[in-house]
Amino acid sequence: MTPVEIREEILDILSDIAPDEDLSALQDDVAFRDQVELDSMDFLDIVMELRKRYRIQVPEADYPQLASMRSTVTYLEPIMKDMQRVS
Amino acid sequence: MPKDFLQHVKPEYDVVVIGSGLAGLTAANVLGRAGHRVLLLEQHYKLGGLATWFRRPGGLIFDISLHGFPVGMRKSCRRYWTREIADSVVQLKHIRFDNPMFSLTTEFHRQDFTRLLVTRFGIDPRTVESFFDTARGMNFYDDQSLSNRELFERFFPGRGDVVRLLMEPITYANGSTLEDPAITYGIVFSNFMSQGVFTFQGGTDRLIALMRDELLRNGVDIAIRSDVEAIRVAQRTVTGVRVGGREIQARAVISNANLCDTVQRMVGARHFDRDFVEQAAAVRLNCSSTQVYMALQPDDLLDESTGDLLFSSVAPAFQTDLLLSRHITSRTFSFYYPRTRPQARPQCLIVSSTNARHADWATLSAEEYAASKQNLIETTLDALEKYVPDCRRRVAYVEAATPRTFARYTRHPGGASFGTKFEGLAVSRGLPEQIRGLYHAGSVGIIMSGWLGAINYGVIVANDVDALLTHTASTSHPAGSILAPES
Repeated sequence: MTPVEIREEILDILSDIAPDEDLSALQDDVAFRDQVELDSMDFLDIVMELRKRYRIQVPEADYPQLASMRSTVTYLEPIMKDMQRVS
Repeated sequence: MPKDFLQHVKPEYDVVVIGSGLAGLTAANVLGRAGHRVLLLEQHYKLGGLATWFRRPGGLIFDISLHGFPVGMRKSCRRYWTREIADSVVQLKHIRFDNPMFSLTTEFHRQDFTRLLVTRFGIDPRTVESFFDTARGMNFYDDQSLSNRELFERFFPGRGDVVRLLMEPITYANGSTLEDPAITYGIVFSNFMSQGVFTFQGGTDRLIALMRDELLRNGVDIAIRSDVEAIRVAQRTVTGVRVGGREIQARAVISNANLCDTVQRMVGARHFDRDFVEQAAAVRLNCSSTQVYMALQPDDLLDESTGDLLFSSVAPAFQTDLLLSRHITSRTFSFYYPRTRPQARPQCLIVSSTNARHADWATLSAEEYAASKQNLIETTLDALEKYVPDCRRRVAYVEAATPRTFARYTRHPGGASFGTKFEGLAVSRGLPEQIRGLYHAGSVGIIMSGWLGAINYGVIVANDVDALLTHTASTSHPAGSILAPES
């Protein structure tokens, strides 16, 4: 997957987790928490969803890497670059 | 021959969950939904742990711990349970305080508390805002040495009345005291302050019945009256459980039982590092409770302004270290109006709760115990009289529970009704580092206590177990670090 596809996938996961939020204006360099009502349970759900969809394991020590869209894509890119998108 | 409650149980599962408190139920549901083979074992005949109720003749149903939890419950129920469950989470709008320092009713959220603190208590709005922001910003990585007492002293020095307003409901909710770490207060208090206090429409029995249906839909096998005798471990890896004389294999076990009981009795200390056993043994249990259950005559309806939760006391000052005394006058009344169970005949039920020490009740003789229980009922009715005039005539049914009652039904040592003190969380999270496949989910560390804390902790642990059971792109999994929690 390309960084653009990874970003779309994260957006898709976020729209499931925060169905009431408008994600169209999300800024990639600003922390999710500063733009969307996300608590630590929501981040846990992102981790569980990544495991379910792609069998990606995000160790707890790496959770801070999921702070913003930019950092998330950067973190996932080497792990997901050889993966195919599941739909 | 007694009924075999394990008749339908298979010889092997991916994960066995021991105990069906809200943490155990939720962990089982999340894992079942993820496609794992899950067995849920409960020693009692009812699911729910302390999220429970009991019936008495005349169609009475008393709830033990229904009022109230933060709004986050709605989101967690929607996500980890069902929309139907989430949609039954409704707000309680009359949170009332009555003590020699102040009498007031509040919706118990930040906006209303700010108004009260500024107008009624004369606190500078900037101080109030700064306090709320500090509490809201607290998380697990903060300094844990700051106590609640020090936190309050920093913002509201010498203001025992303000401390009482801010602390009394949280003491009721999770047994915490002024000596506990401030982060436990900050996290729990902020959760309530977000939108107020909520309850479950239809009662605890309806909630647990809906959860049971959902577990079955997700393929979870459930066995009640099934007391686990041992958790089997070989080469520091979980292999299964022994229950009802039967061996059941499992790759993972989640204990929703008491932490120390899990380590000492179910697994056995010899399977752990000695340091860890000592660390586990040093975990302090939180306090126990007394409750008095009262039902008014059918159709004798109270006005809801009487309060949904009423924090009542005649003590001149608020001292959490005295709150466990058998002679304490501080009690919390939970009023259950007919809308709690719209399907039943209109009736008002009142449950009075106090925090209590198991030791004060454990050694009483049968005679002393009966007398103490009666005394508890009488003093409670005396206190209720102010809010429900002529209550002795109007109350059609009354019954009391003591720390001994809690100990019997939950099997928690000391009748702990709020799990463990803060240090329990690290031990709970440390189990899988000691024994591969062994997990604990339940009320630990104050923060994971209460309905919402227990549910969310069940999810956190289910995530760990899912990671263990799922072959993943990366195999590294540092268990034992702590996720920022919610209560």
